[in-house]
Amino acid sequence: MTCKAEGVAAAVRAAAAVVAEHRVELIDLDRAIGDGDHGENLNRGFAAVVAALDASAPDTPGGVLKLVATTLISKVGGAAGPLYGTAFLRASAKLGTAADLDVPALLDALRAGLEGVQARGKAVGGDATMVDALIPAVAAAEKAAEDGGDVAAVLTAAADAADRGAESTVELVPRKGRASYLGERAVGHTDPGARSSALLLRAFAEAAR
Amino acid sequence: MSVGIVLVSHSAKLAEGLAELAAQMAPDVTIRPAGGLSDGSIGTDYDEVVAATQRADSGDGVVLLYDLGSAQMTAELAVESLADPSAAIVADGPLVEGAIAAAVAAQAGRDRKAVAEAAASAGIPEDLAPAEATAGGAGIELELRNEVGLHARPAGLLVRTLSEFDAEVTVRLGDQEADARSVLALMSLGARQGDRIRVQARGPQAEAALAKVRELVDGDFGE
Repeated sequence: MTCKAEGVAAAVRAAAAVVAEHRVELIDLDRAIGDGDHGENLNRGFAAVVAALDASAPDTPGGVLKLVATTLISKVGGAAGPLYGTAFLRASAKLGTAADLDVPALLDALRAGLEGVQARGKAVGGDATMVDALIPAVAAAEKAAEDGGDVAAVLTAAADAADRGAESTVELVPRKGRASYLGERAVGHTDPGARSSALLLRAFAEAAR
Repeated sequence: MSVGIVLVSHSAKLAEGLAELAAQMAPDVTIRPAGGLSDGSIGTDYDEVVAATQRADSGDGVVLLYDLGSAQMTAELAVESLADPSAAIVADGPLVEGAIAAAVAAQAGRDRKAVAEAAASAGIPEDLAPAEATAGGAGIELELRNEVGLHARPAGLLVRTLSEFDAEVTVRLGDQEADARSVLALMSLGARQGDRIRVQARGPQAEAALAKVRELVDGDFGE
């Protein structure tokens, strides 16, 4: 099973709907340990992504992800804009102009996205950031692909692992971003970026079914 | 022409105010503020940073400085998006001190790598050395009669002027000594009106450099 540009665009629209649905949850998570703008920023960014897709839908999966990247970079003022923007930009560069997104291409895109986030934010596993959702997600995606999973199975495995990874940030002392200013006091809170990463992967997985 | 400077801040006012301050010491350098979001709220606007970087480049490249966390990411992303990413450098230094140091270095005609290094080293308090660390060369003693002493503008003027001479110049006040290439070090001396400074110079144009310093001091730095 592969996925074409329309499928990727549909997944992105589904992700935008999930972000809108969880806007308040993300705001609350961020208000506890950050500046409270993550839900608002991400929602504004994805609303702009949907508007951009309405205006002109690219005809390759890579093209769709590039549009997502440039829109998020321009519309999200906080750290999430450059971080997610870089992730989608690196992923789109991996996909190139291919018309279909198959499992190997999906793995390449996921790995490139994670590398992009780490290059931009300089976070490593255990810093209580979105990286803590994405590292296990990529590992689980690779495992699912080895086991012969299709695009939907690979994304579902990634989303499951990202959920657990996001939950693990509750126990961690943040070492990057605004939450790091709180140090130990941020323990006991889910990192909003890890949570939104898990939500996005879940939305993509649901859309791929 | 000189290296251009872009100030990336979450706040439009912060970026604009700092550009105004830095411009006082580097009148010929293009300094572009890129602060806040287009709707006036707090944040960093990628498109504005890209545009400011392009406008600040008059051919010698650009150095970007940033305030907090995501401003660095926005600045780095903007540089990566340029047709020639090597034309711009994101400098890792304190925003205010770094902007001043970068502006003065750019005004003195240094290249973008040197300007970025000036910004990066601006927060390191090793600019002041014990006075005995450098001895030798020619020296003169001068009394500061201008009203503000070696404050920002006179210090900037001194650094700019001396950059044209092939000489290593230091300025000493009491038991502290500053490298005359560093506007921040000069300002850190805290030399005021009525203070006597000792200016030492070494190198092929040491005498000419000292004569120029005497001229500046005697002329009250044009105040």
